[in-house]
Order: sequence, then structure tokens, then C-alpha cells
Amino acid sequence: MSNDKPAASKPKSRTASKPEAASSLLYTGSDWNFDTLGRIFDAVRRVGEVELGLDTYRTQIEVITSEQMLDAYSSVGMPLFYKHWSFGKDFARNQMMYNKGYQGLAYEIVINSDPCICYIMEENSATMQTLVLAHAAMGHNHFFKNNYVFRQWTDASGIADYLSFAKAYIAKCEERYGIEAVERLVDAAHALQSHGIHRYPGKRSMDLATEERREQERRAHGEALFNDLWRTVPKAKGKVPASKKKLEEDRRKAILKLPEENILYFLEKTAPRLAGWQREILRIIRLIAQYFYPQRQTKMMNEGCATWTHHRIMTRLHEQGQISDGAYLEFLHSHTSVVMQPDFNDRRYSGINPYALGFAMMQDIERISLTPTDEDRAWFPDIAGNGNPYGTLRDVWANFRDESVISQYLSPHLIRKMGLFQIVDDHDEDEMLVSAIHDERGYREVRRALARQYDVARRDPDIQVVDVDLAGDRRLELRHNVVDGVTLEEKDADKVLQHLADLWGYEVRLIEADDETTYAEHKAEPMRPFA
Amino acid sequence: MHIIDRRRDPGGKSLANRQRFIRRARALVRRAVREASAKRSIKDIEKGGDIVVPADGVHEPVLRRGSQGGKREYVLPGNKKYVQGDTIARPDEDGGGSGAGADGEGEDDFRFALSDDEFLDLFLEDLELPDLAKRQVLGVEETKPVRAGYRSSGPPATLSVVRTMRNSMLRRTALGRPRPEEIAALEAGIARLDDEGGHDEEVAKLREELDRKQRRMRLVPFIDPIDVRYRRYDQIPKPVARAVMFCLMDVSGSMDEHMKDLAKRFYSLLYLFLKRRYKRVDVVFIRHTHEAKEVDEETFFHSRESGGTVVSTALEEMARIVHDRYPATQWNIYAAQASDGDNLPMDNANTINLLKAAILPLCQYYAYLEVGHGREDKAGEASSLWRAYELVAGSEERLAMRKVSHRRDIYPVFRDLFAREGAKAEA
Repeated sequence: MSNDKPAASKPKSRTASKPEAASSLLYTGSDWNFDTLGRIFDAVRRVGEVELGLDTYRTQIEVITSEQMLDAYSSVGMPLFYKHWSFGKDFARNQMMYNKGYQGLAYEIVINSDPCICYIMEENSATMQTLVLAHAAMGHNHFFKNNYVFRQWTDASGIADYLSFAKAYIAKCEERYGIEAVERLVDAAHALQSHGIHRYPGKRSMDLATEERREQERRAHGEALFNDLWRTVPKAKGKVPASKKKLEEDRRKAILKLPEENILYFLEKTAPRLAGWQREILRIIRLIAQYFYPQRQTKMMNEGCATWTHHRIMTRLHEQGQISDGAYLEFLHSHTSVVMQPDFNDRRYSGINPYALGFAMMQDIERISLTPTDEDRAWFPDIAGNGNPYGTLRDVWANFRDESVISQYLSPHLIRKMGLFQIVDDHDEDEMLVSAIHDERGYREVRRALARQYDVARRDPDIQVVDVDLAGDRRLELRHNVVDGVTLEEKDADKVLQHLADLWGYEVRLIEADDETTYAEHKAEPMRPFA
Repeated sequence: MHIIDRRRDPGGKSLANRQRFIRRARALVRRAVREASAKRSIKDIEKGGDIVVPADGVHEPVLRRGSQGGKREYVLPGNKKYVQGDTIARPDEDGGGSGAGADGEGEDDFRFALSDDEFLDLFLEDLELPDLAKRQVLGVEETKPVRAGYRSSGPPATLSVVRTMRNSMLRRTALGRPRPEEIAALEAGIARLDDEGGHDEEVAKLREELDRKQRRMRLVPFIDPIDVRYRRYDQIPKPVARAVMFCLMDVSGSMDEHMKDLAKRFYSLLYLFLKRRYKRVDVVFIRHTHEAKEVDEETFFHSRESGGTVVSTALEEMARIVHDRYPATQWNIYAAQASDGDNLPMDNANTINLLKAAILPLCQYYAYLEVGHGREDKAGEASSLWRAYELVAGSEERLAMRKVSHRRDIYPVFRDLFAREGAKAEA
């Protein structure tokens, strides 16, 4: 780092006049060692915890080489993962991209676990390590610990153990039943992974005490409402009894708790021909998919939180004279390239950059809280000018996900700044329509549309198991509830259905329909059933 | 907070997954390797490199929404000129267009790099080599143990008694360990004086002397661990020599691309085989029609000549080159000839004579490969060259000949050679 040199030599020449300037710098130059790392972490944490009020898991920093980073990439970032060829495929691709210089590596990987594990690369300069620690060990870590979707769905302290169990279990199955058999099962499960997620937390079964209390409350309620007059009201003529067939169908569905959108869960519990170990593997893959579900829901916010945090921490460290001007410039260079958002007609455009949008939103919320305009006061009466930006942000980070934070906090100011506009592409029309832009009439529509775009439940096609007659032909019926006439990718759907039929062991049928139209029907017979 | 240095952890965590991927895509990768190896020079056959396989074969299907049809909405950044109600022409359907291709799996091909070993392994597998032969081709460099002095530790079997005893004697002498005879003499002296009686003073002196010597004997052991020596062996690679490989090929019009491809595979395999056994392998390409010429590899495989077919010219050329550049005393000479079996009938006698008298005595191994399409293999219809060589092959074990019409037939040509190598190793 040539531009660090003058800063590095400065303290030396000024020792006589200003000794404390030399000692307050955390590091000079780009080199670091474990002591420096420890000092940097302490400084970063002081800003994060004292000034910003962040609340984090304990941190475990692991220094790795670029080769190990490449390895980590290919197992979804997790330190240990079961073996499967698809990870090898990712690895082969990443390795080639990296070796040819098409793609750099991430500076860090952070894992939602307790303690929170941050992998940092040995090649990073001291400034980059500071940035990375502020970003991952403070920003992401706080988000993981406090955001409600993570709290609801993931068990940070248990994940490492669970993964090691999963890895050992699958390896044991491979030993006992053959690699090929296990691999085929994992293939099938991976194909259905996106539909192996519970989107709503299930009802917890109650303990006896609660059960009793509820019973008493019910009775008390009944007694409070008791009125003898009701007895005298003439009874309505009995409803026409539903046909026997309908009744049976309802009963059948009720027993199997249909419809069910978690296909892997349904297979694990109900598939007639699977062996115990096969159910367990389906469960493993389903639970891991569930673990990653919050990350998909909060990608933009999570990055926004981490990016805003590292920006604030780095700026504070610079203000306090703990990092040099050169280092700060190095940081800014890297920061601005991370939050760059190319325009839609730019060649580099590939969707909205979650770092850019997230960072801009966090900054915007801070601005609204400190120096709101009249417009902001009208749109966000609850937070405008409350003078507590950090508290507001912490609240946002804890209680929202991408979709809800956009529909709640995307301000007209930011819509204008980013020049957001909405396009509707209707297949029946010849041309696409610009339906809303960043103006008074469009703000709400743009905001609603962008929020929908971030709604994971809307992005994934809504497919449910609707019926099966276990006592009859056992044909599994699924239904894709088509939205806006967008059907499934046909080739893929047929392949996945084939996997599903093999897992189920009998015929499978998927109907794509909305309330008016039936768009398509896919069928598959088991070709090489499991079991 | 604590910091863990993971840099020393064993790497290659993803290796197992990578191997699984290659195994999974084996058929596809093999085809890709076959195509790549056809394009390469013989000498580059061992190098790894980029491989492209169709993405369809390693695709992981998921249930996802299609990219066509229906009503879609996008929110895009960076508007400059549009106002509400404007219409925009749809971008090219396959271009992915505005925002649609965000998660697209648009690539048709999956490209990745194979390492040298992986490439070679797949190349050999494609030739359907049996495992034993594969090991021989890929075999690590052979070494033999050579005595290289002594060392102070080692397995008991390598204990050097002579050297150990020599050290022991040196030490015993240097430290003045009393010899058993001295002690025996002293004891005898004491006994004698005791018997005579009256020499108490002398006896006491002798006893003291005996005590001292016995103590010394205990202190200075006969064999001390520091005396022990073991024979030391160094593993040095077996002496490797130089080899030259002559590729002879008929390039007259009757040799088509398929035949040339088979020939090239054969040459490649032979080259690999030699490469493992010799430090240095030269390759000489001689092509012939009715006259023979030494050419470079590119010309050898890719340019066409017209003319008749006179095999003896190639043998003459080879003999000349051997004489000029590769004296048989310094080089191991291997020759591989590929032909479709045509030869000018009156040349056959000449060819056999040359082969018997000049070529075979020089060669370690001479392989004749008759390439064809496998259609014309009717009994008794051997080509003229084949019939001619058959006369020689009966008496000469260095000549191996095979008809080859598919790449899986190539390996058996080597079998004789491997069999012989194996026998030699056992002898």
C-alpha cells in the first residue's frame, strides 16, 4: 500500500511534538499479526457496542488461506458439510473462475452460529481486516442474534453440532447402503429443497397445565355468556348432509393434514415405501434448507445492516485517529465498489445490488430520524425526527425482513435518488408498460412492487400436496397455485416430478392452475423407486 | 473473542466432492477428454486443461417459475427518461433482458479445469485399459535400494554386526575395559597365593586390583547403544535411459481420418508408456507414400499426400535416422507403424528383408497396427502387408501386430509388450 507509507512514517517524525498520535493508531501499513487483530477487534467492538449499542454473539475469528476460502465457498460457507457431487461442481467452477482471474474471493464468510464464526483471509490488508471485522463480527453478528426470523427459525448454538451429525450420518449411510443409493436420494431431496420449508412456525403442543388452564378459561367464558334464552330459539333445519364421498375425502385430508406445502416434510412423514434412513436423510436436508431460509428472507437487510455498521465504525475509528488517512481511503475505495448500483441499462447491471439498496435504506432511516423533511414527517410520523437513529435502526433490524422493511421504510426520497421505476411485462401485450415511476403517483406502487419482488414466499412457486388416497391408488396430487399466469419451467418441473415419483413410490400428478384456468398438467410414474 | 489460525489445517476439503462430481459426469467428461485429446499434440497428452461439458448433463433441477409467459413486474433503478404510461419494446427473448435473468441458469456449457492426473486417467479409461496395465502406464518411478553407509538407528534386520563390533572394540580399548583374561589371571594369582599362604599383603593388593577391574568392567559395557550401527539404504531411481519412438504412417489417400485418429491414439499411448520408463523420449515422425520423409507432428497428422504405397522406403528412412542420430547402443528404440495394409506387392519381399535384417535387431519393440473400419474383416482376406509381416512375426517376438478398428482394440497391441516386461521383471 504505497499510499499508506507517508502515514506510516508520520508518527515517527512527530514523536517529539505529539506522542499520543503515534500510539493511538491501531496499525500502520498493511501488515498485521494476531496482536494487531486483537487490538483491531477490541477497537471495533468498543464502537459497535458502546456507541451503536449492538448486541452480538461471542466472536470466533478464524484466519484461513484463499484455498480454504475456495473450499468454504463450495459447501455453502459451512465449515463442515456432507459430501455430494453438486458441491464438487460448484468447487470446480469456482476454482476455475478464481484461477483464471474472472472472479475474486469474498474477504470473509460469517456463520450464523454461537459463537459466531468469522473466516477472514490471510491476504487481506490490515485495513481490510478492520473492515471485515466491523462488517461481519459486528454487523452480521448483531443481525443474526437479534432479527426475529433468525430467532424464530434457527438455533445458532446447535447448528455446528447438527451439521457434524448430518455429515457423519450420511457418511454412515453411504457405507452401509452404497454411495450410489445415497447420492440418488440426496439428488432427489436437493431437487425438492426449495419446497422443504415450513413458512409458518407450527403450533407447539401444550403441556398439561396450560391445557387445563385453557379448559377452565373456556368454561368460565361459557358461563359468562350463558343465557337461558338461547334454548328457546328454534333450531335451524339440519343442513343437507354432505355426500359420503366428500366426507371421506375431508376426513382423509384431515388425517394427513393436507394441503401441505412442505413437500419434503410430507414425504418424510407419509411416503409409504421409504426406509428409516431415507426419511432421516430427507429430514436432514429439509432442516438445513430451513436453517438457510431466514438468510434468503433477509439478504438485503442483513447486508444493509452489516454495510451500514462497518461504514459507521470505520468512520468513527478514523475520526478518533485510530486509523490513518491512507487506510481510510483504502476502506472508502473498497466500500464504494461494494455499494455500487449500476443503472438498469448499464452493461454491468444484474439486478438490484442488495448491499447498495440495504446501505442506502439504513442511511435513509438515519437521515429521517435526525433531519427529516416535511415529506418524511408525512410519510413516517413515527420515526421522523425522533433523534435516536441507532435505536430506530436496531428496532428495524430486529423486527423486519426484506419484504416488510421495504414496504414500511422505503422513502420517496430514496425512490427518487435511485430512480426506481416499475415495468409491467404482460405476455398478451406487444410492449412492456412503465406503470409507475418515482413521482407522487408512483411512490406507493413502486414501493409495493419492490417489496413483492423481495417476498421469498412469492418468488418461490406456491406448490402444495393437495390429496392422496393411501387406501386406494395412492396417487399423489399436487397443485401449483399459479400467480399472474406464470407457470413452472417445464423441463425442470418434469425432472423434479420424476424425483418426487421415485421418492413417493407411486404415480404423481402436478396441476398448474389458478381460479379460472388450468395451465398445465405434469405426470410422473416411478422409474427407479427408492426402497 | 478468540482467534484461531486455520491456515495450517489440511487443505483439499473439497477434493472428495470434486471427485464425486467427475465420477458423476464421467461419461460426459470422457467424451470431452476424447475430443480434447484428439486436438492435442502427442506430447501434451499428459497435461490437464479446461474441459467443457454440456450443462444439461450436470444440471440440478428445481421447481422454479418459468422465464416466459404470464404477467410480470420488475422494479429497476436508474430511470432517466420514462414517465408513467410509456411503453418499451420487449428486449430479445433470449437476452434475459431487464432484470429477468437475475437468477438465470443461462449457460449451455459447464466449463472447468482438469488436473494433469485426472486428464490422463480419463484418457486411459477411454482406451478401456485394464487396471493392471493402467498401473503400469501410470506407475510411479521405480527405485531400488542402494547401500549408502551406516546410521545409528534402524530396523534390527539391518543391524551391521561387523561395524557395531568394531565400534565396541574401539571404545573398549579407549576406555580401558579389562579383558576377561586379565581378570581370570588375577583370580588365578589370588587363588595361587591363597593356597601358598603368607602373602597377605600381596593378596590384598591383588584383590584390590581385581575389584577395580571388575568395577571398570561393569562401568564399561561390552556393547553400548552408541556402538550400534545399522546399514543404511538410499532409494535411488532405477537407471533410466533414453528412448526414441518412431512413428511410421502410411499417408496415402486410402488412410482416412478415422484411421489416423486410431493411429494417433496408439502413438499417444506408446508415448505415455515410454515416458514413464525413460527420462527422455524423443519422437520421430516418418510418413510415407511411395517415398518416405521425416516430418513434424502437425504435418504428420494433418497434411495429405498422394501417391502409391511403398513401405520399405519408410523403413529405410528409419534405419538412416537411427544410424545418424540414435545409435542403438545409446538409445532404446521403439517403432510403431500404422497402415491400412496396402503395399506395392513387389515391395513386400524387400520390406521383410529390411525388417529382419536392419530394423528388428535395432528395436526393443516394433508394433504394426493395421487400422480399418472393422467391416472388411472377412476371414482369409488379410492385406498384403499383413501376410508379409506374419512371416516375420512367427520367429520374432519383438514384432507385435494387430488389426484395430475401434479404440478399445488398441490396448491389446500392448499386451505382448507388457507381458514381456513383466516376465523380465520377475526374472
